[in-house]
Amino acid sequence: MTSADSIQKTEDSQFQTSLRKRYQQGNVLRIVSLIATYIGLVVLGVLLIDVVVDGISYLDWGFLSNFPSRKPEEAGFKSAWVGTIWLMVITAIVSFVVGVGSGIFLEEFAADTWYAKIIEVNIGNLAAVPSIIYGLLGLQAFVRVMEPLTGGRSVLAGSLTMSLLIIPIIIVSTREALKAVPDSLRQGGIALGATRWQVVREQVFPLAFPGMLTGMILALSRAIGETAPLIAVGALTYIAFLPDIWPITEGLQTPFTVMPIQIYNWVSRPQAEFHSVAASGIIVLMAALLLMNSIAIFFRNKFQQKIY
Amino acid sequence: MINQHMRRTITLASLGALTFTLAACGNQTSDNQAAGGGETGAGSSELSGSVVVDGSSTVFPVSEAMAEEFQREYSGVRVTVGVSGTGGGFQKFCNDETDISGASRPIKQSEIEKCEQNGVEFIELPIAFDGLTVVKHPNNDFVECMTVQELKTIWEPEAQGEITNWNQVRDSFPDRPLGLYGAGTDSGTFDYFTSVIVGEEGASRGDYTSSEDDNVIVQGVANDENALGYFGLAYFEENKEKLAAIAIDDENPDNGEGCIEPNAETVGNGTYQPLARPEFIYVKKSSAENNPAVQEFVNFYLDPENNGTLVPQVGYVAVPDQILEKAQARFENRTVGSVFEGGSVQGVKLNEVL
Repeated sequence: MTSADSIQKTEDSQFQTSLRKRYQQGNVLRIVSLIATYIGLVVLGVLLIDVVVDGISYLDWGFLSNFPSRKPEEAGFKSAWVGTIWLMVITAIVSFVVGVGSGIFLEEFAADTWYAKIIEVNIGNLAAVPSIIYGLLGLQAFVRVMEPLTGGRSVLAGSLTMSLLIIPIIIVSTREALKAVPDSLRQGGIALGATRWQVVREQVFPLAFPGMLTGMILALSRAIGETAPLIAVGALTYIAFLPDIWPITEGLQTPFTVMPIQIYNWVSRPQAEFHSVAASGIIVLMAALLLMNSIAIFFRNKFQQKIY
Repeated sequence: MINQHMRRTITLASLGALTFTLAACGNQTSDNQAAGGGETGAGSSELSGSVVVDGSSTVFPVSEAMAEEFQREYSGVRVTVGVSGTGGGFQKFCNDETDISGASRPIKQSEIEKCEQNGVEFIELPIAFDGLTVVKHPNNDFVECMTVQELKTIWEPEAQGEITNWNQVRDSFPDRPLGLYGAGTDSGTFDYFTSVIVGEEGASRGDYTSSEDDNVIVQGVANDENALGYFGLAYFEENKEKLAAIAIDDENPDNGEGCIEPNAETVGNGTYQPLARPEFIYVKKSSAENNPAVQEFVNFYLDPENNGTLVPQVGYVAVPDQILEKAQARFENRTVGSVFEGGSVQGVKLNEVL
């Protein structure tokens, strides 16, 4: 009985030709999704305005070129932002090589076996592990066991820990990017006598590269705001010198701090002036994030245009 | 053809990006070196080396101020200060990973044993005082002073769910709900407050608004007319227009009669009891002996002039000269071990035991 009724109903609704009503429904959906979009944007806007109002007064050249200080008006962000750049550059290099490498292997070379599937599931799981766990792993592996190489609580140990944190994300996004390349291209290449390596190098990788970059952007954006794993690894709160660029081996073994740690420290001070200094730090952090993302988006768009 | 071209572009672009970032960093560092060189020229000493400080977040502002001024004088020395809490700091310290560890409570017996296992000998030095302040909303005019016993009634574990109204604390208090705000269980402030008020470290009721961030507690008390909260003196001094302090009576005339207000004077002279607490640094003996930079930094830390100006600037109370002299002597003689022998700081007069 009831099923017959519902069939009757669906047939009825299929025969509704009222165009105006359907346009109305479309409009309602449009407005609802517009509101949904604006809720996020308004919250972000209020947050940005609040931070800028608080922080703009302390934001000047001295803020970027001074080291931290007990006096709010002299407190600077130099060791923090330089530390973040060091960390991001090393993390990007390490995680790109390892992450994209394993992504390509798993997608293009590995046979479709049960253990490949287990690895696949585990990488998915790793992407959801809380970041502090990576911090503890990094503390033991990079700071203590590999101390002769990393120099203990150094920017290199921090970067390697950060790389561990984001490599699963990069592997997953690399594989998605490779999956999006049509199989006909691979088959065409192999049919012409190319080896697998040649097919990947010449056909698949260039097409998938923009997608990989997107994954990279998302992963690095996560890394730039992380504090917990770095505190575990031993990033400092007060440091008044920078890693040396030459010799690089010494620079890599230098202790460091990063922007979120410095901001957190200022926020928890009793003096209200330090809260404004923290707001200035947040502005710099956001600007750095924006800059990083726009560079990556620029490259992505450039390569996309070349291909199509 | 296109792919060949493509590949070259990618390679060039990546190389370009890499060179760009490295060059950016390179400029940055050479600027810094130039600046650093200038400072060295103006500096007074050839002293070099590194000093690794870690530990309590309460002691951090003091160490930061000391490090800042010390490096102005000795620009060749690299002082770094980390924050991993009193307990986390001792873990690293007893693992022989740091030179100096800041602590907002004396070292515990278990930590002493760990240090002994790893052969780390330490020198215990008081470097500042902090007063835990019990605060209320400024509109609250019925409570000016409370006894330790009354505070215990409110905060002991048995009070959970039972003591919820001000009139249960003292008969003369009005019928008003009690809004409680306090330190989170991970902080040294919590350990200290429970140990001197309730009488057992870590014993506290759980049904109150807690936060590790004292600024959150400040906000909570400032927005609740019936609130009672506690945190470090510096947070009260910075928010005097939003909060009011409650004077404390420990019912012991030996250290000041009656109700004592928290301020720099009462905390420094030991009359604000039992809520005035010393802050410490623990110095590794081997670092003090073998690393001139550590030795000089600790001397700088204990210098009455530096201690007297820098400690109040970051919101704490400087150590009286008399105690500072004893601390200096302790460091000079490399006296190792803790005067508290793994116990609490309560009731111990630093002036006598040092």
